[in-house]
Amino acid sequence: MGDRDGYFGEFGGRYVPETLIPALNELEQAYRSAKSDEAFLLRLEDLLRDYAGRPTPLYFAERFSEEVGAAVWLKREDLLHTGAHKINNTIGQVLLALRMGKRRIIAETGAGQHGVATATVAARFGLECVVYMGEEDIERQALNVFRMQMLGADVVPVSSGSKTLKDATNEAIRDWVTNVATTFYVIGSVVGPDPYPRMVRDFHRVIGRELRGQHMEVSAKPPTHLVACVGGGSNAIGFFYDWIDVGPRLIGVEAAGEGVQTDRHAATLTKGSPGVLHGARSLLLQDADGQVQLAHSVSAGLDYPGVGPEHAWLNAQDKAEYVSVTDAEAVEAFHWLARVEGIIPALESAHAVAHVRNMAATGLSADDRLVICLSGRGDKDVAAVAARSGATGHG
Amino acid sequence: MDRIQAVLARRAERPLVIPFVTAGFPEPGATVPVVCAMGAAGADMIEIGIPFSDPLADGPTIQAASETALAGGMTLRGVLTVVREVRLSPEMDDVPLLLMGYCNPLLRYGLAEFVRDAADAGVDGLIVPDLPPEEAQELSALCQPVGLSLVFLIAPNTSRERIGTIDSCSTDFSYCVSITGVTGASGAGGDSTVEFLQRVGEVASKPFVVGFGIKNASDVKRLGPHAAGVVVGSALIDRLAVAADRVSVAVEFVGELVAAARSCGRRD
Ligand SMILES: Cc1ncc(COP(=O)(O)O)c(C=O)c1O
Repeated sequence: MGDRDGYFGEFGGRYVPETLIPALNELEQAYRSAKSDEAFLLRLEDLLRDYAGRPTPLYFAERFSEEVGAAVWLKREDLLHTGAHKINNTIGQVLLALRMGKRRIIAETGAGQHGVATATVAARFGLECVVYMGEEDIERQALNVFRMQMLGADVVPVSSGSKTLKDATNEAIRDWVTNVATTFYVIGSVVGPDPYPRMVRDFHRVIGRELRGQHMEVSAKPPTHLVACVGGGSNAIGFFYDWIDVGPRLIGVEAAGEGVQTDRHAATLTKGSPGVLHGARSLLLQDADGQVQLAHSVSAGLDYPGVGPEHAWLNAQDKAEYVSVTDAEAVEAFHWLARVEGIIPALESAHAVAHVRNMAATGLSADDRLVICLSGRGDKDVAAVAARSGATGHG
Repeated sequence: MDRIQAVLARRAERPLVIPFVTAGFPEPGATVPVVCAMGAAGADMIEIGIPFSDPLADGPTIQAASETALAGGMTLRGVLTVVREVRLSPEMDDVPLLLMGYCNPLLRYGLAEFVRDAADAGVDGLIVPDLPPEEAQELSALCQPVGLSLVFLIAPNTSRERIGTIDSCSTDFSYCVSITGVTGASGAGGDSTVEFLQRVGEVASKPFVVGFGIKNASDVKRLGPHAAGVVVGSALIDRLAVAADRVSVAVEFVGELVAAARSCGRRD
């Protein structure tokens, strides 16, 4: 892949203030040496197994399969400690912070899932942890705010701009610029300046790698489709990476919010244009003047106007395809999966489920073998969905 | 000789005073009179900020100023119109105007079109805080033939070797960020900033100015002797935000800064 020089084709790079360049160089070096350090890799593996709960099961979703007329498996990242794939990455980055002697951790969070996963691992290693979160998200995700505080993190409300993930990320970067000597910035997705997109991807690659062995055990033939939701794109890239150019269609599902024809969506790959946000050149939602637009999704974890540069590159090369699913379809799939499989998915992951249902409507074949990355569990969303159901009269 | 070189030639007499204002703050019509008045009051160069939705190198003052400017309808095209109007004023003939802004609006405008239109409007130089030299090759190549000056940033944690690289990439001068931090931060006038500027002075072959968090005359007196000039942004915008008469507030403040710069005296 185009990892050289921190670019994926024309996407990626380091569009950051000069103060961060030495920090990114230092991080790059630390990461490069850690990647080939047996002791580091063993420690990472141990923590992923005994602390986070890897490997996650590959579950054959029997009733789901019957309903859609094709074989469907769920890669159960929702069963990990803290309830989402996010912890794969936070364990990796916090181990790097320790290796670099940085004892202050900062992070941004939207839904609070990355914040919780960061606060969790920081607590495990006794590190100071500050999480930036938009005021709007603090209101939407009160439960996760309590969780972070319980874990000892300082949750700092961000009141600038749209008061959501985009602005929380700006604020985390400002903190890093200010406290660069002592602080490690744990980014929550495959976004940001190089080396973050490839580093975060590598920490999530375990998802797709596990799938290889697991799928061979249950099926003589490889999967035909891998489907994952895309916010910044970390669960999707971790799931896809070892399967690029291997055979299965790779399908990323973005949030269409109230519809991609409206201005209330988060479908960056479908509707965005090239630009620079948070230190990387990628696709983003912007107006004619180059101002970044607000994204919208019922799922706070997908509510981001940018996307990881490697997805922009996979998209440009047609190595992966990107589609979108509306709020209404995602909420419907949330309820549906709960009843059909007894699994309440995160609203983010429900987008991937909804897309497979949409595919069934236009025709899946009985030979199709689909694997969905179930990136997280839905406990955090139950209250919001209940409130919405009340409003719309849903079951 | 071009405007920037002419002004830099004066730096031996006293440190240059370089105020910064966000275009369109607090309203679209506010910028032209304030810029012209500051030029008349002795500002040596003027930086005009291009408002952006995600100003990640800026502190609360300039963030808020950008938000206000955008809400008032300011755009990159509007910023170029501001420059054209300022250039109509005869007393601004010799005052270099630098645009400072994040790269996304420039990319969206089209780098080639932007460079052409900026030069045409009377812009003398560009400062793009999220464009380190590694990412600036295309912009550099476009600026060179039209004589737009590119100003790169040097930070307190920039290595000696890299200071040399940045110095060679900047067209006429570089911009030293006084502290590791965002605009408007505190601590700019401390010993560590002076030591940093001395370190830059040992390596740089071109002049360099200093900015971020420079608040008043006493900061100018402290840092002025160690740099070609001082940039004052947030402190000016804070004053404009509460001013009943913005032009006279700007004139008075620039006057204080210029007096402080004069008191630094000649250095060569
Ligand atoms: C469960 C879950 N899935 C997906 C995402 C989206 O992030 P990414 O696209 O980086 O996987 C989030 C983000 O908060 C999440 O919590």
